Amino acid sequence: MGILAWTWILVGATFAIYIGIAIWARAGTSKEFYIAGGGVSPVMNGMATAADWMSAASFISLAGIVSFQGYDGSVYLMGWTGGYVLLALLLAPYLRKFGKFTVPDFIGDRYYSNTARVVAVIAALIVSFTYVAGQMRGVGIVFSRYLEVDINTGVYIGMAIVLFYAVLGGMKGITYTQVAQYCVLIFAFMVPAIFISFQMTGNPIPQLGFGGAGEDGVYLLDKLDGLSRELGFHEYTSGSKSMIDVFAITTALMVGTAGLPHVIVRFFTVPKVKDARISAGWALLFIAILYTTVPAVAVFARIKLVETVSNSKYEELPQWFNNWEKTGLLVFEDKNADGIIQYVADKEVNELTIDQDIMVLANPEIAQLPNWVIALVGAGGLAAALSTAAGLLLVIASSISHDLLKKIIKPDISEKGELLAARLSAFVAVCIAGYFGIHPPGFVAAVVALAFGLAAASFFPAILLGIFDKRMNKEGAVSGMIVGLSLMTFYMAKFKLGWIGEMPDKSEWWFGISPEGFGTVAMLVNFIVSLVVSRLTAEPPQHVQEIVEHIRIPSGAGEATGH
Amino acid sequence: MSKENMKAYWKQNLQYLAMLLSVWFLVSYVFGILLVDQLNVIKLGGFKLGFWFAQQGSMYVFVILIFVYVRLMNKLDKKYGVDE
Repeated sequence: MGILAWTWILVGATFAIYIGIAIWARAGTSKEFYIAGGGVSPVMNGMATAADWMSAASFISLAGIVSFQGYDGSVYLMGWTGGYVLLALLLAPYLRKFGKFTVPDFIGDRYYSNTARVVAVIAALIVSFTYVAGQMRGVGIVFSRYLEVDINTGVYIGMAIVLFYAVLGGMKGITYTQVAQYCVLIFAFMVPAIFISFQMTGNPIPQLGFGGAGEDGVYLLDKLDGLSRELGFHEYTSGSKSMIDVFAITTALMVGTAGLPHVIVRFFTVPKVKDARISAGWALLFIAILYTTVPAVAVFARIKLVETVSNSKYEELPQWFNNWEKTGLLVFEDKNADGIIQYVADKEVNELTIDQDIMVLANPEIAQLPNWVIALVGAGGLAAALSTAAGLLLVIASSISHDLLKKIIKPDISEKGELLAARLSAFVAVCIAGYFGIHPPGFVAAVVALAFGLAAASFFPAILLGIFDKRMNKEGAVSGMIVGLSLMTFYMAKFKLGWIGEMPDKSEWWFGISPEGFGTVAMLVNFIVSLVVSRLTAEPPQHVQEIVEHIRIPSGAGEATGH
Repeated sequence: MSKENMKAYWKQNLQYLAMLLSVWFLVSYVFGILLVDQLNVIKLGGFKLGFWFAQQGSMYVFVILIFVYVRLMNKLDKKYGVDE
């Protein structure tokens, strides 16, 4: 059977499972809609969190990024996993004990202020919308490459599926589909990796394989360092970014991860504080299975690709090269007209442009794996994109129906009315996300990476101080969030998007820190502003100080309530 | 729970956090970033050690840290009778 037939079968089968789960796990109450009724088991929640977290970017692009950046790519590996340690130790158990539905719920109640609530809602919406647009685009891209349909048709199909289970099932439907999606995506990622690792090193475990030696007895990493030097790239195992920037980006990603509302809210869905702690452990374990495989795939794919194409005759290249040339992910331009591919670091001489996504997408073909394995990657990419999109849409929907409508605009709304409003806002959010997927504004790709900086600069300090600093008051938290968020937005607008005057050169970066890493600085400023302002203003009222004491003790978490 | 017990519980919790987060900082920021060049001199099979910490070791330790934290806290909860 051909690749296309296999892909239709696998995608069709997985979609049927998702829809089946959605029908089985319909939400009947607003509590089921927001937090799946609060009865999800920790292992299930771990899997759902892992799928929620691992987006199309993790699945499709990350190995490619590491493949091209080598050591510099470590910031993503450490950053996107280390954040879970912060989440598990500093936030998740306390937020679960607090026992509400959303992140703005915590901020609004802890800081006894609707201003704080509204600032938190705005931050949640900015972070989630920038992030979700990228996911819908990812769905479209996978559809177009694997199923040979138009990108826009792909986005529509993805929208229809997400709409179905997010609107119908809310968090309950999303949770159980995410569990299924985790299984699909991890299987799809690991199978080719294990095949290739065995093929190249004789060791089926990719994590060990990439530290091993190939048939010629040379360690793969030494070989890759050698190849990189030869072609004029920096050595694979050493970096080209400055140490301070690596430090800052890693921190921004870690803290941003811990501050992302769609991740935090997953810990509201388990029954007890104890479960919130352990489910963070499961989540990271499930994530680490993929993340520790990523650098192995990066090395395998890079060596295979360079060895196949470098200094080869264009005419004699295998079929997959032409297949991927058609998609524009590989572009060969024979500058010196010798019919041979020169792939080198020097831009003047280099004749081959490689899109980073190809490292995962084309890897199974390059390694000549069976057709069903190649098709599996498509189904896995879709699972990764859809699961993240659904989680984000829920945050958007609950921000509007719960945090704005129920808590501020119309507190006397009935349970039924709120559930209807939640479904409607999920519907509208899917449509907006789909619109961005079809008409991606140029800045979306650039901004997605910065969503972490925004989360780090706004939520993380407010939540952390809300738990660990009893003296923190609304004046401190609100001014900290506003200053942190504005500073990050300003830096982004100036140094990443070039919206303020001319786009400045890298040499003008403050402290030599890139926009991706600036979230760290903005977070520190948020901390300082919060602490200083809070000490200059009145201490929080007695009942709020009691809330803080209450959330520090795990027993009696009881049922989460939104009322 | 009495005021004193609550204080003692919280203090122990903070000590655990400080201990675990120091390890977290050590394996990622110190071994994976600050001392990466020095550690790269040492080889672990085909891996340079600093590179291995940045792309493998730190992540393994992160997972272990959370499970250790869960164990410690469950014990602490029991000791102070605040478990469920």
